[in-house]
Amino acid sequence: MATTHTQGAFERSLAALDVGLSRTDPPGFEATLSELVSEPAVGARLPFEGLGLPETVTLDPSPRELEEAVTGVTAASFAVAEYGSLVLPATEDGSEQVSVFCDHHVAVLAESDIVRDIPTAFSRLSEEVGEARASAIVATGPSATADMGELVRGAHGPKTVDVLLVEGL
Amino acid sequence: MSADRAETAARLRELLETEGDSVQANTAVFNRGRYDSVAELDDYEELKDRAREIKEDAIERLPELIDELTESVEENGGHVYLASDAADANRYIEEVFAERGAETLVKSKSMTSEEIEVNEHLERAGIEVTETDLAEFVLQIAEEDPSHIVAPAIHKSRDEIARLIEEVFEPDDPPETAEELTMFAREYLLEKVTGADVGMTGANFLVAESGTMMLVTSEGNARKSAVAPDTHVALAGVEKIVPRFEDLAPFVELIGRSGTGQDLTSYVSLLTPPVESPPIDFESPDVPGFGGSDAEREFHLVLLDNGRMAMREDTHLCETLYCIRCAACSNTCANFQHVGGHAFGGETYSGGIATGWEAGVHGLDSAAEFNDLCTGCSRCVPACPVKIDIPWINEVVRDRINHGRGEGFDFLVDGLVPDAEEGGPDLQKRLFGNYGTLARLGSASAPVSNWIGSLPPARIAMERLFGIDRRRPLPTFRRETLVDWFEGRGGPRVDAVDADREAVLYADAYTNYVAVDRGKAAVRTLEALGVHVRVPEVPESGRAPLSQGMLATADEAASAVYGALAEHVDSGGDIVVIEPSDLAMFRADYEHFLPERSFERLDENSYEVLEYVFGLLENGANEEALRTGDDRVAYHSHCQQRSLNLEGYTEAVLSRLGYDVLTSEVECCGMAGSFGYKSQYYDLALDIGYDLVEQFEQPGERDRIVLTSGTSCTDQLDDLMTREPIHPVELIAPE
Ligand code: SF4
Repeated sequence: MATTHTQGAFERSLAALDVGLSRTDPPGFEATLSELVSEPAVGARLPFEGLGLPETVTLDPSPRELEEAVTGVTAASFAVAEYGSLVLPATEDGSEQVSVFCDHHVAVLAESDIVRDIPTAFSRLSEEVGEARASAIVATGPSATADMGELVRGAHGPKTVDVLLVEGL
Repeated sequence: MSADRAETAARLRELLETEGDSVQANTAVFNRGRYDSVAELDDYEELKDRAREIKEDAIERLPELIDELTESVEENGGHVYLASDAADANRYIEEVFAERGAETLVKSKSMTSEEIEVNEHLERAGIEVTETDLAEFVLQIAEEDPSHIVAPAIHKSRDEIARLIEEVFEPDDPPETAEELTMFAREYLLEKVTGADVGMTGANFLVAESGTMMLVTSEGNARKSAVAPDTHVALAGVEKIVPRFEDLAPFVELIGRSGTGQDLTSYVSLLTPPVESPPIDFESPDVPGFGGSDAEREFHLVLLDNGRMAMREDTHLCETLYCIRCAACSNTCANFQHVGGHAFGGETYSGGIATGWEAGVHGLDSAAEFNDLCTGCSRCVPACPVKIDIPWINEVVRDRINHGRGEGFDFLVDGLVPDAEEGGPDLQKRLFGNYGTLARLGSASAPVSNWIGSLPPARIAMERLFGIDRRRPLPTFRRETLVDWFEGRGGPRVDAVDADREAVLYADAYTNYVAVDRGKAAVRTLEALGVHVRVPEVPESGRAPLSQGMLATADEAASAVYGALAEHVDSGGDIVVIEPSDLAMFRADYEHFLPERSFERLDENSYEVLEYVFGLLENGANEEALRTGDDRVAYHSHCQQRSLNLEGYTEAVLSRLGYDVLTSEVECCGMAGSFGYKSQYYDLALDIGYDLVEQFEQPGERDRIVLTSGTSCTDQLDDLMTREPIHPVELIAPE
């Protein structure tokens, strides 16, 4: 369980990155998510028991649906408080593509999945990615580039990111 | 001026005008970010130590790690190819295309792929290659090479990019703002990504135990390139391997900060390919499940040797392999800031460490083209996250270049330059490398030497023969040296029996023969604080030959200096040094020349003069004995002094004595010893110098007394400003 201190740090980091943070609990999940989602939307299955995506979010999209979607919804395995980073796993149903192709990414995060710092994150990643020989992205804020003369968001990936924190999970 | 020098000067002047401003503006942003961002890290030094340890160990065990990584990747279902050189790597990559019947490639940025020129090679084989990194995309359409290892189009302004896009694509509504330009590129490149057969990336790190690769990016194009097509080719130098997954942690916190000054770069991809993500079959746009591709994912890791295994065996070049290509050494370098990587770079790599890379992967000729642009100022050393002694690598390569290209004129200067170099260095280098001897002769024959040195025909001859720019005033030698003055006044004025401390004041060539006043001021200051001072004749430190890449001569000097000082050090005395670049010899460079114990003794017992004064005051010496005052001063420390973290002592002493201190903010004065005297670099040195002058000449600051700690900074400011700079010790010394 993340301490209040860690949660506070996480909030501050997200604010500095211009990443939105919303909170909900399992009963309010679908409704809160729907507010964050602009359609058309695509998604990858959530690994949290009892939490599903609303009908408006297309799972297993076609290439066209993926390209045309405005919002992509995926789960984050965990988050790193001191940087506001989200660990996004690469799954068989394409959560990596869903999180990178759309203009707006909504990451669903369980409240208990916030770790303090990079060393702690890496001991967890070491198991979940290294030992499991899996893949994940540590995403900190939206896609960005300064190559065209000043900072622009959404060079290739999302222009905006929202975190939906599910309390009691 | 020789034709070579004239050509170099002209090329640098052109780049100063065309690319310099953009590079300078952008590196300034990176540097500010880096300073702020590392300041927030509580354990910055520990992280750097840890990072270095990991690289040391990994390079040491490289052959076994290559085997382990190969096994892991193959277990995961991927292929590994160990390519001996560029041609070998290209041949293999082309085969992958042929076997897959692939015709299009999307690439994310990778310097290693520039090194093997994979684009040109694949294009010749009929493959369409698209760079998806926005900067690389710009360079691809401009048909230019990168000028920076992290921000390859750093030399281009937004207007230039806008013009270029308009010319190449002729869009109906040409994009202008950064946002519009980015979105234009995003859309254009998305089409390329969705149509690509193969995606290619580099890798910042590879984990031997799991076969995981780490890619640090901010745009997201690498993610798309790696997961959209079903085939992924990763190209990486063998030096990118680390043993264990946890080893990645320190680099995650160091790499973005060191490069662009961001705490963490937007995306750190940890991919263990072939990845789980389904490939997207854009040819079946309406089939659910990402087009329902039934293609198996295919992954090829091409590990490139191309000289690296030989670098590993090379005592001096080996450290280059620790480099994580963050470009902190480029950004921090004043010369790089002003001319950029098209001047300060070889066939592929640019910036401080490029000499090591180019010498290793392309050979000495590529390194020789720009090696002299490293002045050895050392400002990159504290910036490097793996603590590579970058100037040392540059000097070693300079030495090799010297000896690889002998000139036939040695007899001309042999009498004048009694160095230990056998053939090799050109006349200009030998002249500057023997500065100590010149100064001794100049002093012995002063004032005649000064008079001759000021005559136009002499200056023309010096310019022609040695490339000493006739516009740069020469130092004025003093007939009475510091050592003579000290003896003449009857030696020490504070008796050893009454003194708490005994110090040898090191009379460097400049202090002894030219800036004698700062030496006298140092003696008076130390004596006022109760120190028993001696000023013996001690040989030159070897700084001058070292900076010309004359290592044998520098090595001899180091032993001679140690021989002259050892007894004093052994009996508990201190060495006080005025010239920061000589102090840096004792505290850093001598590590390469002296036995460890000797180096440590000298290192531990030598002090910069104001650092020493600070220590004396802290330990109860009476500050009233010094000249206090409320004058306003403008202080420029010195590159090596700052790298040794000593700038603060001078500031602290001055403030303590009541002075109002404005400290310079630029990285460098642009001079670094001989650099600004050399005709091919004179304009560049001036360009850099004016940045410093600008700060000190701002309205409201023009009344300040200008203080400089180093010889070269003093010369530079003296020539560029109306106010004559003095050494801080001259300000505080009692009459
Ligand atoms: S030498 Fe050091 S500072 Fe320069 S690019 Fe390599 S790691 Fe970065």
